[in-house]
This record gives sequence, C-alpha cells and structure tokens, in this order.
Amino acid sequence: MAAPMHESIEALRAGLTRRKLLDRVFVIIGLTVMLACLMLLAMLFLQLVRDGWPRFTTEFLTSFPSRRAEQAGILSAWVGTSLIMLVTAFCAVPVGVAAAIYLEEYAPKNWFTAIIEINVTNLAGVPSIVYGLLALGLFVYQLDLGQSIAAAGLTLALLILPVVIVSTREAIRAVPKAIREAAYGLGATRWEVTKDHVLPYSTGGVLTGMILGLSRAIGETAPIITIGALSFIAFLPAPPLSAEPPFVSFQWLSDPFTAMPIQMFNWVSRPDVAFQSNAAAAGAILLGMTLLMNGVAIWIRYRFRKKINW
Amino acid sequence: MNTTAPAAAGFVTQTRYRKVRDRIVELVLLAAGLVAMLTTVAIVAILLYESSAFFEHVTLREFFTDTLWTPLFADAHYGIMPLVAGTLTTTMVALLVAVPLGTTIAIYLSEFAPNRVRETVKPILELLGAVPTVVYGYFALQFVTPLLQMIIPDLPGFNMLSAGLVIGLMIVPYVSSVSEDAMRAVPRYMREGSFAMGATRLQTALRVVVPGAFSGLAAAFILGISRAVGETMVVAIAAGMQPNLTFDPREPAATITAFIVQVSLGDLPHGSIGYQSIFAAGLVLMTITLIFNVIGFFLTRRFREAY
Amino acid sequence: MMDSTNTVRSAAEGGSATDSRGRLGIAMDDTRKARRIDVKAAVENLNFFYGQNQALKNLSMLIADKQVTALIGPSGCGKSTFLRCFNRMHDLQPDTRYEGSIMLHPENINLISRQVDPIEVRMRIGMVFQKPNPFPKSVFENVAYGLRLRGVNNRVLLAEEVEKALRNAAIWDEVKDRLQDSALALSGGQMQRLCIARALATRPEILLFDEPTSALDPIATARIEELISTLRDQVTVLIVTHNMQQAARVSDYTAFMYLGELIEFDEAAKIFTNPSKKATEDYITGRYG
Repeated sequence: MAAPMHESIEALRAGLTRRKLLDRVFVIIGLTVMLACLMLLAMLFLQLVRDGWPRFTTEFLTSFPSRRAEQAGILSAWVGTSLIMLVTAFCAVPVGVAAAIYLEEYAPKNWFTAIIEINVTNLAGVPSIVYGLLALGLFVYQLDLGQSIAAAGLTLALLILPVVIVSTREAIRAVPKAIREAAYGLGATRWEVTKDHVLPYSTGGVLTGMILGLSRAIGETAPIITIGALSFIAFLPAPPLSAEPPFVSFQWLSDPFTAMPIQMFNWVSRPDVAFQSNAAAAGAILLGMTLLMNGVAIWIRYRFRKKINW
Repeated sequence: MNTTAPAAAGFVTQTRYRKVRDRIVELVLLAAGLVAMLTTVAIVAILLYESSAFFEHVTLREFFTDTLWTPLFADAHYGIMPLVAGTLTTTMVALLVAVPLGTTIAIYLSEFAPNRVRETVKPILELLGAVPTVVYGYFALQFVTPLLQMIIPDLPGFNMLSAGLVIGLMIVPYVSSVSEDAMRAVPRYMREGSFAMGATRLQTALRVVVPGAFSGLAAAFILGISRAVGETMVVAIAAGMQPNLTFDPREPAATITAFIVQVSLGDLPHGSIGYQSIFAAGLVLMTITLIFNVIGFFLTRRFREAY
Repeated sequence: MMDSTNTVRSAAEGGSATDSRGRLGIAMDDTRKARRIDVKAAVENLNFFYGQNQALKNLSMLIADKQVTALIGPSGCGKSTFLRCFNRMHDLQPDTRYEGSIMLHPENINLISRQVDPIEVRMRIGMVFQKPNPFPKSVFENVAYGLRLRGVNNRVLLAEEVEKALRNAAIWDEVKDRLQDSALALSGGQMQRLCIARALATRPEILLFDEPTSALDPIATARIEELISTLRDQVTVLIVTHNMQQAARVSDYTAFMYLGELIEFDEAAKIFTNPSKKATEDYITGRYG
C-alpha cells in the first residue's frame, strides 16, 4: 500500500507535461473556433457589401421596386418596415413591460401565475412561422385586418413579447430587495414602489429588451410572408401626418405593404443574377440596422450597469 | 417633534385613493400578463381549427404514411413524411455543426477565458444569433453552396447541406450561452476539489464540470434542435422548396417551414384545402418544437435546482 | 382593566399592564428622573407563522413611549421577525399569519389586525434596515420621498422638512452642500444616518431599527448609537441588535428572546446586571449565542 502510484518522479513529470500541453492545445482550439465564428460573421457582412456595392446609391433608397434590377430600389420596403416597427413597438413594449411587472412585483405564487410563466417561456420557443399562421388565421381573416401594416405590426409584437418580458423581468429582478423594503417601510403602495423605484432603476434593462426585441422583429421574414405581404409594391402607404386637420391619419394602418426582409427575399429568389446584387445591398442595410440596434443595446446595458452600482 | 405629519389633512382619503389606484394598476398589469396566455390559446385554437377542416379530407393514415406531399397538384397527395424528412435532415446537419462548436466555445469561455475576454466575446457572439435569417439564406445560397460545390462537384444549387450548415452556425451562440450558464452554475468547490488533486483545467472541465452540468448541456442541445426545426428562411432560400423524401443532405428538399412559405407566396383562396394544409403542417411543426421545448424546460430547471 | 401601579416588568409575565388610558405607572430607580411613562404599544399573545412554521410564540410585552427598547437574543430567535410585525413587513410575503394583538396607543388600534391597512401602519411606524438601503436618487430626494408619498409637493415645505430630518439624524452638516448628489456616493455610516433621516422625515410614532450597525465600522457605529440615544426625546425606538454591549449602551428596556419566545423583559440595567432567568444570564455572559 505504501508504494507510490508513479514509478518515479520523472514519469510523473512527463505525464504532467503532456497534460499541460493538452490544456494549451484546448485553449488554441477554443480560440480558433470562436474566432472562426466571428470571422464568418465578418465575412458575411463583407460578402453582402461586396455583392451589393454597385447598388449603394441614393436612388436605391428612393426608388420603388422595378422589373429592371438596376432601377429597382427599397423605398416602399424601408417605409413599410419603419411603419411596422412603429406598430410593433407601440404594442409590444407597454404590454411586455406591464406583464413583466405583474409577474415580478404583483403575481402571487400560485398555479395561475405558474401557467403564465410557462406560457411566456413556451412562446419564446415557438417558431416564428407559427406566429405567421396565427396572424393569417386570426388577424387577417377572423379580425378582418387584411394583409395590412396593422396585421404585420401586431404579429411581430406578439413574436417579440417574450423577449421584452424576459429582459424586463431580469432588469427588475436586479433591483435589490432592500430598496423595495425601504420604500414599503415608508408606507408606499406596490404601484408607488414600482413606478418610483423599480422601474426607474431598471430602465437600462427595459430599454435593452425593447431594442433587442425590435432588432429581432426588423429581420423577421417568415411570419409576414405568411400573412401575405406583397413584394411588388410601387406606392407608399397613406402618410401618417398631413397638413390639413386633423393632421394625424391612421389610414396607413390598413394599407398593404412590403418590408425590407420581404423585398430581399423576393430578390434572392429570382433566377436573374442582376437581382442578387439588389438582394445583397438590401441585406447589407438590413444587417447594418440589426447590428447597430444590438450595439446600442449592449452599450445601454453597459452604461446603466456602471451608473448604478448597488 | 410630534406625531402629526405635515400633510395629515386628507391623510385618510389620500391613502384610500392610493390603495384604489394600486388595485386598478394591478388589474391592468394582470391583463397584460394574460396576453401571453391568450396568445398560446389562440395559436393552438387556430391550428386545431383549420387543421380539423383539413383532416376531414385527409385521413390520419394517409397523412402519416403517404410518401408524397403534393397538395397543390391536380393529383394531390397528403403525406407529411417528405417534409418531416427534410426537416430532420437539415436539423441533423445543423446539430453536427452547432453542438461541437457551441460546446467548445462554452467550455473555453466558462473554464479558460479571462473575465475580460468573456465579457467582450459573449455579446459579439450573440450577434451571430441576431443576424436576420433571410440574410443567412443569402449567405447559404451565394457563399456556402458555391464553396461546397468546389468540394462536391455535382452538388445541386439547392441542397440541404448548405442550409443545415448555416443554421448550425446560426444556433451556435444559442447552444454556447445556455451551456455556459449551466457550466458556471457548477459550484466552485467541485472545481477546487479536482484542482487540489492535481488535475489540469482541461481535465477539470471534462471530468467534473461537464458531467456536473450535464442536464444543462442536454437542455442547450434540445433547445438548439427546436430552433433548427423551426428555422424557415434559410431552408426556403437555400434548400429548394420541392418536397423530397430523402435523408441525403446533398439533395434539395422542402422542410415543413419551407412548404408553408411556398404556399403563402402564392395566392391561395381562404378555406381551400391548400390553405388548410399549411395549418396542418404548422400543427406538426408546433407539436415537434413543443415537445423539445418542454424537455428543454425541465432540463434547465433541473440544472438550476441542482446547485 | 388593571390597576395603574403595575410596572412594565409585569408585562413579561404575561399580564396586561395598561389602564384604560394606556398609561403605565412606573417606579424608577434613583439614577433616572422619576416620571410617569406612557405605553406606546402593547403586545399581547402575539403568535406569528410562516406557513406551518410558528416563528413567534405567545409574546406579550409593553413598549414604553419615548424610550428605547432593545430586543436581544441569539440568531434565529425571532427578534427581527418580531420587529417586522410592528410595521407589517411580513404582509409582503405570501403565506404569513399573525395572531394576537399589538395595540398602538393612545388610539388603541391593533396594528396587526386585518382591518388595519398595512400601508397606513407603515406610514406611522418607520424602519431602518440592517444594511443601509438608500434609493439611488439624490440625498434630498431620499429624505423627501416619504413626504412626497403623502402628497407634499410644496418645495419650501419639503426643503424645510428635509433639513429638519437631516439635522435630527445628525448628518446635515456633512451633506448640506451636496443635497443633489447621489446618495450612493456617501460612506456606509452616512448612508445609514441618511436612512434614519428618511424615516424621521415623516415623523413616525415608532422607529424600528433592525440591527442598524451590523454593516458598519466601529466609528460609524458609535455615531449611530449616539444618535439613537438622542432620538429618545422625539420618538419611541425599538431596536434589534446582535450586540449585547450595544443594547446595554442604548436601551432603557431590554427583552431577551430565545427560539421565538420572550424569556425575560425588564429595565436594561436589571437585565444586564441581575437577570432573573438562567437562560438570560447564560446569554449575557456569553455561554451561547
């Protein structure tokens, strides 16, 4: 029993050298894999920019789609996307934040709350195209919204609801319990604790969730294809603001539309090579917008984390 | 100092007002919470409602055993199997990419990377999952497929291999972040026990941390599967939209999602069997992802509870 | 109900010592000025449950008005749980239950009754927590918050009251030039005095301290203790402390709790020099805890 497991100290050292080598090899593998993934991301962006380069002109932004690739532009697409995002943000943010507040600050621990929680988790995992089917059956036909901007905006709002809820909840949870107790101790109601303390101190997280949600919505293609977005739209929706009273119009909500990802998909699926360049240019712009939004979200999260240090 | 507060006047009415307001706010917030629930109910209801119309025309036996899916042809066949085969094949390819890459990255970030590297790399890596899928589709069709054709000369322009590889890349950050969470949940004393016996980092990672985080890793893979199964645009663009009963990734084939897109692009009349068929396909898709999501849900809960 | 010659001490034996006006006659020893001491609150047969778990068992004691009462005992004895009954903080957790009564004098309302609104209770009874927990707002807004909750928006009045509270909490001189700075920039001891000012601003009738110095260094602790002693003139103080020396230094009355029960309650001097129960003596002399 007293005999050492290793024949000699030399053998032990040799084994150790080998094990340490393996450690280093793994670090190199890990770094390589990570860098490879990041390289692919960079390559993807460069490929789009290179392929789409000839189309980066102001006319591309100010022209309607056309049968001739060189004349086609994304005017109706980016206007459509902007309006859809408006509807989506307007619906998803208040509902998502309110639901998150309910679940974190108000909900009693019972089966009913548990069901809502499981629902949110489950919704986050439902494929986006299923939201498209829901929208097709419910918004387009049952509620008779037609293939409109309102239908698309609502669909994407439901789609990003879990994202907004989950990130808002995380932000709310980061507010220490001691702060809530301090406010309750002074006689604040739940709502006062929430609006005076919890929400202001978690603004960073709430904003991050909102932007991440919208950045997901902006690139979503499948659900709005399903509700039947037309991809050849050579006109703009009714303007939301006008010179005559009542100045604000909601006609645009029920107008047909196209959107950036739809326009890109339409061009990608054409056999004519000239359109691939349009697709790449549209893709580069879309990707640029997504990355920008994500960048802003990361920056906000970082800044707020620095500002309030519990 | 006395017991009366400066604003004692109207104190009671004000407190009552504040309490009522609290109650009203609670109801409004609850209504928002219910939206999530109603969405689920609506999804299930719509899928079941439209599918039930579909299954009045098509028997379940035909649906699951017919090897052709041609609902839009004059000689209509309604066998879901070709679509399921396409879905499974692209998912398998995606997993073969995402599982090794995602796990390697997770082990590296959780056990080896210095804090600064982890904090910098994680958000950048997550951008991979934020890229619009239609852009990934373009990438698969215009970049990956030509590259693959240099290796496999007779690879068709539409194929499941390239779509699957790109989906794999897309879900890498997802798999790695769930796995990393699970590994970081393994308590430090377990690692210290291993280090104290002279283990290296890699040995500790592979023999202590990975087994300790096993249910979390399993959850990461399963949730990854669910993502891959539901992915739509990449396959619709790069894998072709022809239903094809094959498990050979080099061939073109439609997945369940690609079929729904294909039908949606046309102008199918509301209430026709073609229209109903996409809901039946959606129901199958929803069922598959739901099963994986539920398994994933319980597995993540397990690793969160374990320590 | 009872004759008015009962002492606070008798409440420890479970007897109710209040007369109809909630007044308590007390024979003071020679070192103190003899005067009648009112009862601010009377705890009677208080039981408290977390779900099935009984955390407090049949507590009865009197809280003397404008005096400092300390609760001591080993960790887990229920002293913080007891303290949190006074401002109904337990109502924030699901599945908690009170039995018995805590009567607040002179109105004679039962603080733990279902009919009494916990929010109203908390507006009348302030609390200072174990760890300083200022809001991440300015110094001024921290102190003004309680007043704002009560609908005070007059800026002059707010400024006046904030200054008064900060002076009372002996922190005015340190923060008067930085009222608009974030409260998170203060030192730990300053934060805790700010939290005391925040609680004082609404002029509570009772101020609860839950181990207020356990997160502070000895110098900051000394300042807080001094402050608590001066507060005696303005407000009834109930303090939970882990530190027996602290209880001896600051309190007029001391209650020793063990396993959710009140073992002994008496004047501080008596408890620390001549306890009547063996368990108290063991704890005081450091035999356990």
